[in-house]
Amino acid sequence: MSVFVHRHSRVIIQGFTGQHATFHAEEAMQHGTRVVGGVTPGKGGQVHLGLPVFDTVHQAVVATDADVAGIFVPPPFAADAIMEALEAGIGVVVVIADGIPVQDMVRVKRYAKDRDAVIIGPNTPGIITPEACKVGIMPSHIYTPGRIGVVSRSGTLNYEAVQQMSKLGMGQSTSVGIGGDPVNGTDFVTVLRAFEADPDTDAVIMIGEIGGQQEVDAARWARDNMRKPVVGFIAGVSAPPGRRMGHAGAIISGAADTANAKMDTMEALGVHVVRNPALIGETAHRVFS
Amino acid sequence: MNIHEYQTKELLRSYGVPVPNGRVAHNVENAATVAEDIGGERWVVKAQIHAGGRGKGGGVKVANSIDEVRRYTDAMIGTHLVTPQTGPEGRLVQRVLVEQASNIEKEFYLGMVIDRASQRVTVIASASGGMNIEEVAKKTPEKVIREQVDPAVGLMSFQCRKIAAKIGLHGKQINAASKMMLALYRCFRDKDALLVEVNPLAEIDGGELIALDAKMSFDGNALYRHSDIIELRDFDEEDPKEVEATGHGLNYIALDGNVGCIVNGAGLAMATMDVISFHGGKPANFLDVGGGASPEKVGNAFRIVLADPNVKVILVNIFAGINRCDWIAEGLVQAMRDQRIEVPIVVRLAGTNVELGGQILEQSGFPFIMAENLDDAAIRIMATLEAFS
Repeated sequence: MSVFVHRHSRVIIQGFTGQHATFHAEEAMQHGTRVVGGVTPGKGGQVHLGLPVFDTVHQAVVATDADVAGIFVPPPFAADAIMEALEAGIGVVVVIADGIPVQDMVRVKRYAKDRDAVIIGPNTPGIITPEACKVGIMPSHIYTPGRIGVVSRSGTLNYEAVQQMSKLGMGQSTSVGIGGDPVNGTDFVTVLRAFEADPDTDAVIMIGEIGGQQEVDAARWARDNMRKPVVGFIAGVSAPPGRRMGHAGAIISGAADTANAKMDTMEALGVHVVRNPALIGETAHRVFS
Repeated sequence: MNIHEYQTKELLRSYGVPVPNGRVAHNVENAATVAEDIGGERWVVKAQIHAGGRGKGGGVKVANSIDEVRRYTDAMIGTHLVTPQTGPEGRLVQRVLVEQASNIEKEFYLGMVIDRASQRVTVIASASGGMNIEEVAKKTPEKVIREQVDPAVGLMSFQCRKIAAKIGLHGKQINAASKMMLALYRCFRDKDALLVEVNPLAEIDGGELIALDAKMSFDGNALYRHSDIIELRDFDEEDPKEVEATGHGLNYIALDGNVGCIVNGAGLAMATMDVISFHGGKPANFLDVGGGASPEKVGNAFRIVLADPNVKVILVNIFAGINRCDWIAEGLVQAMRDQRIEVPIVVRLAGTNVELGGQILEQSGFPFIMAENLDDAAIRIMATLEAFS
């Protein structure tokens, strides 16, 4: 199966006729993704890349039965586009935009509450189930089908880990970029839960960063709920302490959100922690075989 | 984006938050005029820099006469104020805030921030305000009140009354504090703030509540819809190299090592620094060239990294997704030609058009040191440092 997206996913692209969206939609189709249409307000009725263009997501869903949306609209319009997709009943919404105002995302999260949908991103390269479905901007040729789930906050660090895996012959069931923003659609726990339930995933690589506690929360969840092994890395050991203004940030996050503190806690909770990011693939190979 | 205390107070005053009577002054005469206009017998002169801990560095003084206002202003403006947050070089003071002094009976803490865990705006309050609030939060977390705001309805009055009662306010103060919290929240929401902090929130003679000191910080991603906030930006308070980098679409942070780093993506940039550290090296900077790096962008990245005299070697680590290795390579070759770069450069390329990128570098004739992968890159960096030392 894989998680969230698979070979039967019916994908629409919001902001379809834009330059980036066009390029990446074509790439996705060459990779085997079933793109069924797109949305560009004001261009409904046109045909783009041989596919129908709609004015609204609602029209697109009615006409194509789409269940996944890739959102390529610029940051100022992204929150509205996400809510439009949710309202139209899309189940998986992938948001590529980098630079969405954080209070917009706070409102999006409230809107998404009690709706049975997954928001991937924002500020993500997207999600890929190799050779079946790609919604995003990652270089698809580095991914190969396999049985290891990958979840990361960073995009390029995801590519790095995947290439290290591929060199050792390990493929991916699905690779999910949850994005680097402080308020994002899907957290690590949600993705781990999906990987644990997926019969085609045997193990998971989780790549986090300094800031926040969600990797630690995920490690705790994994200890209590997962049978599949998890290899983890946190980027930012050598990052300087953040230049904080005021005290509120320190009060709210506590002292334990440095990279080393998080990796120590994750290790104590049973995650196989990699300290050298050049050895993510090697460690995974050792742990998983 | 951060702003000065006097700017924060002007903004908050426009939302109805009670702040001390006062104004900014750019020179001694100006300060004296402000003090005379305000009237009264005691004034506070506060150095306006973005760093905190100003009181500890002598940047906050109580003046008992107009003459003292002059003297303190003269002592502050034009000097570098050193506080626990500025580093040893301090920060140049270009203006002061002159305010009416208050008789403080009690100090509280009140802040609003976007909490990553709940993913909502969260109000933080404590009966123990002042400079030791972080200490209070660490040792007695139960004394810090937190209340989350549902974005669908916003901060409600009952929540404010609850917070006010929990930090020990009573009588008329409950309603006064609620009014202040609602005003702070409106400002936070309207202006896309990331932080508003009133510390201390002071009870002054007669039980009146006033925002004695205030800080605000705003979401850079939302500035496009707040031209009034953009105008408050003070470039003198920012690292000029970081400002220049931002202007070129680069994200740069200076560090104190000697290995210059040029990487795409924040996560990979951090991981690259981590690998260098893992092998015993010290990164000179964090630099993310972002997606769609043109040859010009690469050239600018080199210029910024090389402006740091400590840089002895540069590691270029690119994993091209939407980037293309051939563009990066062209940028590298062009930078070598234009800038006569003498420090050795280790290059690791991967991803889109990697072969083409490698060819361009090879055919250029410049002595790039090519690395196979991330670990190899760090090993070559260390070997190069050793060979040149």
